[in-house]
Amino acid sequence: MERVAVIGVGMTQFARERPAETAADLVFEACTRALEDARLSIEDVDVVITGSNDFFDGRTISSMAVMDACGSYDKNVSTVEGDGTFGAAHALMRVLAGWGTVLYCAHHKGSESVMPLITNAMFDPIFERFLGIEAVTSAALQARAYMDRWGLDEETLALVSVKNHGNAFRNPVAQLPLETTVEDVMGSPYIADPLKRLDCAPVTDGAAAVILADREHARSAGSRAVRVRGVGYSCDAFHLGDRDLADPSALRDAAARAYRGAAIDDPARQIDLAEVSEVFGYMELMWCEGLGLCGPGEAGEMTASGRTARDGDIPVNVSGGCLSANPVLVSGLNRVIECVLQVRGEAGEHQVEGVRTAVAQGFNGPCGQSQCVWVLGGEE
Amino acid sequence: MTEDWRDSQEILVMDGRIKVPYAWSAGEVGTTYLESLRDAERFLGTRCPVCGIVYHLPRMHCPDCFEACPEWVELESTGTLVTWTIARRPHPALSPLAPPFGFGVIRLDGADTGFLHLLYGFGVGSLRSGMRVEAVFARERTGSILDVSHFRPSREVV
Amino acid sequence: MVGVGMTVQRSSRRDVTGVELINEAVRAALSDAAMTRKDIDAVVIGNMDHFEGINYVDTWSVDGSGALGKPVMKMTTGGTTGTTVAMGAYYHVASGMFDRVLAIGWEKNSESDTTGAIITAFDPFWDRPTFGGAVAGLALEATQYMAETGASEEDAAYVAVRDRKNALNNPYAHLRMELTIQAIMETPYLAWPVKLGDMCPRTDGACALVFASEDVADDFPNPPAWVRGLADRHLWAYTSDPYVNQKVKGGTWFPAMEMATRELYDRVGITDPLEQFDVAELYLPYSFAGLRYMESLGFCERGGGPELVRSGATDMGGKCPVNPSGGVLSSNAIGATGLLRVAEAALQMQGRAGDRQVQGASLALATGFGGCYWSDEIVLGSEMPDVGRG
Ligand SMILES: [Zn+2]
Repeated sequence: MERVAVIGVGMTQFARERPAETAADLVFEACTRALEDARLSIEDVDVVITGSNDFFDGRTISSMAVMDACGSYDKNVSTVEGDGTFGAAHALMRVLAGWGTVLYCAHHKGSESVMPLITNAMFDPIFERFLGIEAVTSAALQARAYMDRWGLDEETLALVSVKNHGNAFRNPVAQLPLETTVEDVMGSPYIADPLKRLDCAPVTDGAAAVILADREHARSAGSRAVRVRGVGYSCDAFHLGDRDLADPSALRDAAARAYRGAAIDDPARQIDLAEVSEVFGYMELMWCEGLGLCGPGEAGEMTASGRTARDGDIPVNVSGGCLSANPVLVSGLNRVIECVLQVRGEAGEHQVEGVRTAVAQGFNGPCGQSQCVWVLGGEE
Repeated sequence: MTEDWRDSQEILVMDGRIKVPYAWSAGEVGTTYLESLRDAERFLGTRCPVCGIVYHLPRMHCPDCFEACPEWVELESTGTLVTWTIARRPHPALSPLAPPFGFGVIRLDGADTGFLHLLYGFGVGSLRSGMRVEAVFARERTGSILDVSHFRPSREVV
Repeated sequence: MVGVGMTVQRSSRRDVTGVELINEAVRAALSDAAMTRKDIDAVVIGNMDHFEGINYVDTWSVDGSGALGKPVMKMTTGGTTGTTVAMGAYYHVASGMFDRVLAIGWEKNSESDTTGAIITAFDPFWDRPTFGGAVAGLALEATQYMAETGASEEDAAYVAVRDRKNALNNPYAHLRMELTIQAIMETPYLAWPVKLGDMCPRTDGACALVFASEDVADDFPNPPAWVRGLADRHLWAYTSDPYVNQKVKGGTWFPAMEMATRELYDRVGITDPLEQFDVAELYLPYSFAGLRYMESLGFCERGGGPELVRSGATDMGGKCPVNPSGGVLSSNAIGATGLLRVAEAALQMQGRAGDRQVQGASLALATGFGGCYWSDEIVLGSEMPDVGRG
């Protein structure tokens, strides 16, 4: 994937509630920041892709709510319903197909809806939905399966929460920096065993945007253009009982597809930093394994040893991750943006020295069913 | 309006609710399956003629081979708990049983795949992956997945 | 496009679930292209969430869509969903990332209250409390169009008669009937001037298309239908926007279609659509659209829609037959509807449209309509384009 770069990024402040702004207001803010970052005006953008979800927005044709705000007037425009990593992947396709400059934006106002009722609607209406399953309880089934597979304890899972909430102190847009300990996590109430309140991501309002460009249009961004080296995505089976929940096989496949494009054959050595969508603490461990940053079952130990900490050899979620701000759909896009900022050396207080190649991950569906991976950064 | 009019403003928030009724068809396969639960307290799976997998939940076509799966297979009402959780704070609208109750992925004897159902009637701390469980059928059955009330730790003698 | 699959369109398909309905179309498309599931590189799927109440349809439907172990993406834009999915699949291939991509559009409108869901499409503060659903919204356009052009209800009824009669040639169509203008005029008003006979039905159905790259397009049994160009505009968000654009800004009611048309025709080299297109499959959600959209698409001058249509130029056997399939007025499984327009245009380009074939057709226009007067437009040809951006 020689030809595409991220030339502008923008995020809003993420918060539990932003009642003064509508979704459109948040999108306008994020797009404006991305354009400023790219030193472009909206007239320079050829195509706009938006990301929204009719359930979270409580609105059929939810993309309509942001059509004014995203600057799509008199442009080709389309909408991907799903995580920002997927929407941005479609923006990438538009650039690869010959459009010079493509803007992608996503928004989420978690404060405006009731999350369990919405995530319950991910499940099959005939066989599963009436049982009352939703995102947290289904994730708990996966967390249990993963712990059982590798003999992990809840304290190991808690390390992710402690690390990421701590990292969030250095990220000015994060929602939930917390000084917390494994004991605090263990002492927080169970939502669905083995998941406790501090293992779970918060409800968040916010938006983000990226601008992708071909080589010619990336030139104006100079050294601030960050190459897209590989993108891959892949989907596992739907019914939970059809899957091996402890095995992140779809992520392994998505990563293999992204790494093939990026000429990465030894991710643990070639990748300097990762931003993963750990909506629940255990997910960071599973996603690290799926991305090949360590072997199967080794992520707990890798985390306990501090290797994924901000000063470790492969920092994971130095931004604070989804545990510190989880605007659904935007979450995966935030991972991409954080990687871009790190590769640029412009991540501010949470900058890690010497990041050349970074990997971002996002997912759709229950228990990370459909996975997307982005590899960003310079030459090897 | 002055520059800082927003500072002193209290934001109005309008409550709303989307009310769209749904009538989901179970289809022919789903209907056969649910009728069997309702009328005979019997679980049915379907076997793929190509890969041989016995699917429970039943499928009209194998999701992998894409072949029709016309063969029904009778399954036991007992099985193995693959993984589990306990819902401590379910949303009231999502609680078919009084909390705390459990969710489990259960592989029925005779099936190759698992399925999701409720766990109830277990001692706190007694759930283990790999344990034997059995179905408890609802007394009044209407042709829904809740015709199985829940699964409980098996009382079978091995 | 090298493979086409569609289910029979019916008011209710109780015999299958949504996933099974999707699978029916997918297997038909794979069989049409002599492919197996393993040959597919990626899947794009779309519908409208609140019509079935399924969140994350892309992940829920993998058993039926064939996306197990493959890349899958959901694209949704309301009425334009089907054409959005087609454009999305096209870009999957045009990017060079994939060679064989499955595009799926589907809907089971029988499973919910379509109008109840559509009302939620508009802004909860400003529009929703007073918005009466698709019929009432379109009736506003019809009223305005009649006032602007002097068109009559009978002119619109002509379109409804034409499309439903065409549907007699389409074994997949939902409503297939020979009607008269008088019969349409006698159907009850839903919202003046729109009558029951002017509106599209609610339908259960699915459609799947196989898009292939130039490199592999010759590997399939049927000749490819080529994408010659595509453009879309989704301009607006509020129900009053068309009125504001026309009365306050001095513009037109439906600029999205005019903007997309300008870009598309420039790219493909269309200067006289009535002469150059051999056939058109247009997303006409109600009969009056069959008048105004002909103007916005440049088939005639503003206000010339009724005369054009009544001249017979858009009938089977006319200069450019519109909706040989029977169109949206005969079948409207909303998420599938736009994709069916593309599928029907593809069959025409392949010379495989059966009784509804326009003889010798080599250039076709397919459109999608939705949102707040949004327009998606695709030109298909029987010949490969020389070069294409976008
Ligand atoms: Zn099979």
